[in-house]
Amino acid sequence: MSIAEMARAASGTTRGGAAERAAGARPAIRWLLLAVGLTAALAMPWVMYPPIAFDIACFALLAVSVDLLLGYTGLLSFGHAAFWGTAAYTATLVSLQTGAPFPLAVLAGMVAAAVLSVPIGYLAVKRTGIYFAMVTLAFAQMIFFLANQWRSVTGGENGLVGPARELFNMDLSDPFFFYYAGLPFILLGLLAAWRVVRSPFGRVLVAIRDNPSRARALGYPVHQYKLGVFVISASLAGLAGGLFAISHGFASLQEVYWTTSGKAVMIVVLGGMGTLWGSVIGAYLVVQLEYFLSDAGFEEIGIVTGSIFVLVVLLFRRGIWGTARHTLEKLQRRRE
Amino acid sequence: MVDVTQQLFNGLVGGGFLAMLALGLAVIFGMLRVVNFAHGAFYMLGAFGAYLLLTEAGVNFWLALLIVPVGLAVVGMVLERAFVHRLTRLDPLYNFLLTFGLALILQDAVKSQYGTQSKPYSRPALLDGSLNLGLFEYPRYQVFVLVFALVVCVAVWLVLARTRVGMIIRAATERPELTRALGIDVGRWVTPVFGFGIGLAGLAGVLAAPMRAVHPAMGADLIITVFAVVVIGGLGSIFGAVVAGFAIGMVQALGNLYVPAASQILVFILMAVVLLWRPTGLFGREEVLT
Repeated sequence: MSIAEMARAASGTTRGGAAERAAGARPAIRWLLLAVGLTAALAMPWVMYPPIAFDIACFALLAVSVDLLLGYTGLLSFGHAAFWGTAAYTATLVSLQTGAPFPLAVLAGMVAAAVLSVPIGYLAVKRTGIYFAMVTLAFAQMIFFLANQWRSVTGGENGLVGPARELFNMDLSDPFFFYYAGLPFILLGLLAAWRVVRSPFGRVLVAIRDNPSRARALGYPVHQYKLGVFVISASLAGLAGGLFAISHGFASLQEVYWTTSGKAVMIVVLGGMGTLWGSVIGAYLVVQLEYFLSDAGFEEIGIVTGSIFVLVVLLFRRGIWGTARHTLEKLQRRRE
Repeated sequence: MVDVTQQLFNGLVGGGFLAMLALGLAVIFGMLRVVNFAHGAFYMLGAFGAYLLLTEAGVNFWLALLIVPVGLAVVGMVLERAFVHRLTRLDPLYNFLLTFGLALILQDAVKSQYGTQSKPYSRPALLDGSLNLGLFEYPRYQVFVLVFALVVCVAVWLVLARTRVGMIIRAATERPELTRALGIDVGRWVTPVFGFGIGLAGLAGVLAAPMRAVHPAMGADLIITVFAVVVIGGLGSIFGAVVAGFAIGMVQALGNLYVPAASQILVFILMAVVLLWRPTGLFGREEVLT
């Protein structure tokens, strides 16, 4: 089974079948899910350490941006750390140099990520499948080396410490308050991803994922669509990365390292490819797990996350959300 | 001039490592359509294997050069049977993800046992000192590594080009169904070929131990450079992988001399140029649009 088939099965974008027959019941479930999700997002800093809650929000958006490519276009980007990290450095630098309010600094980071994604995307969409993954990974490593080399700007291995957070003279240095200042931007990013998926543009992406030759034969410029979604995805990753850096008051080489790209992919696969909700749940689980492990003094996190990843890929390829949806649809079909 | 030739020599030695790793990747990819992300981790295990054999059992470099690759090849075959095999009929991306997970596990497992500090490994006595190459003095060990890498690459090429086993592997690489239809049991060769590729990575690791720092992350960054090398050479082409490996090694060495600040990113710039000019790689063939 190909990635495309798996994503199709997981996201419920099957032709005909139970998904469409059950469409009548869908809007109600959608609104309910949205309400539950929003409540959870608003409640998080009350029930857990607020900086961790914001990390979850940032990684959820990063994973959603990766899923736009993997789940909805069939392209595995193993290089999103480049966009996340570039935005992290840019946002920190802008707020250091100009003292701009944090939304403007984050916007600058997002623009930097989008600009960087044009040449990388242009070159990467020339290849498909496994090559696309290797090419994006290699370009991200180039950005890592650049960040490591360009010490005068990035601070090299020491990283870059940002200024105190405030907005319109409000002190946001308390992570609890910053969570609520930053959350709207994360939600806007998630909304943008949802709009892309539901738009005619998004339907063409799914067509390209399922059958690129047919999409091309129907007259769609496949390369341009792929580049388009690549830039959108990189911008969202940049939005997440910029917010992450502002919330930590720090941008480091970790942000542009391949492990960050790998973490994003892992979140998507664990949550379920082609399911935006899955990425959000995956982000919650992975960030919480890493926090729990490092809190317990366990430093070799890769042993645990790597094992989970291996197990998911071997036994649980639909991911959490995909499996839940699949089970529900099977139950529904049996009832009919 | 002496500087340039000496740097070119350094480049060939560094290229030897890239070529051996790229060769292993290409052989595995040809037979299984798997891009092995854990290749760098096995290179690291090769170096650690040599280090551990020396410190724990007193086994010298020459024996390690034999024992470690064979041992890792066996480990590779077990992994192929246990995990990789289950996913080969699916999209190749799944095995890429699987081996990524394995790489994380192996790297952090070694880190938890032996820490992040580099381990010393001295050169074998026979290869200590330097050799007069006419223009300059050059460490004996580096000369040995270069010759060894060339011999390995030529030997693999000879096996593939001249023997019956090589013929079967090449046929299975190009047209698996047709080869099977001719009555050849392709499946029988999958596991040994995977083990062989892993063994090559381990061999490169043992060779690296006396001249490069032995530490858990030594393979992780290198493997991404090797990915760029195989994108440049064309992953479907074994010849392309080897040639690109040596060429990139020399480009990096010349970069060290002329543009030291950019030497690490030259390979990626080169990859960008190749993608613009020949998206399938210098020696690659048109990929089938799936």
